[in-house]
Amino acid sequence: MAALRPAGDYDESYIRDMSFLRRPWMNWFTWGVVIIIFLLPFLEIWGLISSANAGYARYTWWMNILNRIAYTIVALQGLNILTGLTGQISLGQAAFMLVGGYISALAMTHWGLPIVITIPLAAIGTGLIGLLFGLPSLRVKGFYLAMATLAAQFIIPWLSRNLWKDYLGGTNGSIVAPVPTIFGYEFSGSTNMFIISFVTLVITSVLFNNMIRTKLGRAFVSVRDNDLAAELLGVNLFSYKLKAFYLAAAFAGIAGALRAHTERGIGTEFNYTLDISVLFLGMLVIGGMGTNLGPFLGAIFVILLDEGAIILGETIAHAFPDQAGALQTSFRPIVFGVTLIIFLIFEPRGLAHRWYLFKAAWRLRPFAR
Amino acid sequence: MNWQLVPQKFIDGTLQGGVLALIAIGIVLIYRSSEIFNFAQGHMLMVGAYLTWMFAQIIQNFTDSKGIVLTIAVILAIISAIILGFLIERFALRPMTGQPLLSIILMTLGLSQLFEGLISLGFGVEPLQGFPTVFSSADSFKIPIAPRADGTPIVFLNQLTIPYTRLAAFVVALIACIALILYFRYTDTGLSMRATSENHELARSVGIRVPRVFGLSWAIAGIIATLGGILLASISGVSTSLALVALAAFPAILLGGLESFAGAMLGGVLIGLAQALVQASKLIEVRNSFDIAPYVLLLVVLVFIPEGLFGEKRIERI
Repeated sequence: MAALRPAGDYDESYIRDMSFLRRPWMNWFTWGVVIIIFLLPFLEIWGLISSANAGYARYTWWMNILNRIAYTIVALQGLNILTGLTGQISLGQAAFMLVGGYISALAMTHWGLPIVITIPLAAIGTGLIGLLFGLPSLRVKGFYLAMATLAAQFIIPWLSRNLWKDYLGGTNGSIVAPVPTIFGYEFSGSTNMFIISFVTLVITSVLFNNMIRTKLGRAFVSVRDNDLAAELLGVNLFSYKLKAFYLAAAFAGIAGALRAHTERGIGTEFNYTLDISVLFLGMLVIGGMGTNLGPFLGAIFVILLDEGAIILGETIAHAFPDQAGALQTSFRPIVFGVTLIIFLIFEPRGLAHRWYLFKAAWRLRPFAR
Repeated sequence: MNWQLVPQKFIDGTLQGGVLALIAIGIVLIYRSSEIFNFAQGHMLMVGAYLTWMFAQIIQNFTDSKGIVLTIAVILAIISAIILGFLIERFALRPMTGQPLLSIILMTLGLSQLFEGLISLGFGVEPLQGFPTVFSSADSFKIPIAPRADGTPIVFLNQLTIPYTRLAAFVVALIACIALILYFRYTDTGLSMRATSENHELARSVGIRVPRVFGLSWAIAGIIATLGGILLASISGVSTSLALVALAAFPAILLGGLESFAGAMLGGVLIGLAQALVQASKLIEVRNSFDIAPYVLLLVVLVFIPEGLFGEKRIERI
């Protein structure tokens, strides 16, 4: 955010002008946070925390949440490319996650490939499916395109139940995703999977943040802001839209592969419905569309809120045991719906915008409001 | 194709399509007056069905006549739907005026999440029993059709069945559709809605109160949704999956063209037919495809005739 830089803060070299982490302390801080988070699962692996400890249940709960946040951010980054940067509404991100999960699980089961290969494979394969459903963007945009992706959200899960029943699980609606192993170490459970998810997240974040400021990212933004002007400037609309669809689906595929190996299964049984796609769009808006920080803030905020709603529901369910079933499930959509509505009305630019305002106010204290 | 099933499925599809057409008209109505795609229409429909059920449960304590119970419950549900429509417009969508398409679509999606949560909080997640219906599901016209001379039946079981509930739903939907079309063509408020959809500023300058028109169109959409909810619930019972059934109305309006009521009706019937006719197939895969048939049709429409059958050709091509 060059625009919000304090007066007198100049770039002294081209490298600094181009860098995201412009100050040494930013560099140290970012790497410190990344390494600390990366080391969290090793607490259990190295035996510093085990089931004998008092806080073990809470630790595994948090690792589960962190893992969910990590792969959700990857999916959101994909959606951010398509919806935030290129301005094409997608209601099908969850279906693309389903495709990625299947590709990774099948490649690992039948070909015995390691996860280091199946995740890129899932990205490439899902991207190709995404291209297929991006084809209508050749002719239509806006609401019509949203309908095309809605069609994807219904058709893909249906195909997974009705085609190649021996491989895709048929009417069971799910197949087993094997435990990934790297050098003989088995990554079973959320705590171990978090290592893979987090490394993937770091890689996709670097890719995403750099993609934004290359020719590709700028072309995406120009398509979003004014597609006719973009075309006059020499941006091939169709090709860039398809690239956006490809990238969005590829990121979703990675996220789906991570989720499949965490939950040890993939299929329509594992809740890849329209509600999840809507949840992703909501997260993106709450976080801030088209910003680097948006996916991070949105995923963390909404997932923590979601867990809060579950805890609230279960607390109330203890008080009214005869209504337990309804109480446990109904607070999640209510809390999400109300949050989304409040954000759309009062802060449509999302938490990322709030964060920039807060940073500016902090710098200008004590004069800021 | 299993030709013996086709005539029966044709009837089923047309009747089911009538209800879809009514839901589609609710969406087209809001689009025409305020250019908002209401993804919450299915959930408004679900809310209407649940409210009717609730009122019916209350009224059943006072009277035994099913007709009276249903009438009063429907009237009360429609009144609450009108209030709900006004509330949605005032507190959710008026602040969104001038926001981009995505924000408005997301607002309706957020509303639908909210309704889903509130309904499951208030009524539980299990399907509800005892929706008041005038006819039982077994009551039906049976049209016998004689088999061919060699004894092979022309239609399955040698008869066509037209259940009263489905026929009544179709007739109510048809009457509502025609009433709406007439309303838009011949009344002042209907005309002012059409004027508003063309151009907000010009409509204001000739003295139309645009916010009131928006509120009114949401109220009417609420009535339509409630009617659709009651009709669907009388066929398949009250449950939260009613909202998903209504999503098939979106392919219907794209097929018919976004601006056209007649198109929405035809689209609804065609989608209903598509859903029913695939069930007459001999392949189990094709038979199972009835819940995605509308969306396959939707993709075909999007690629080949994006403006729909009756839509205006002002869609932004790229």
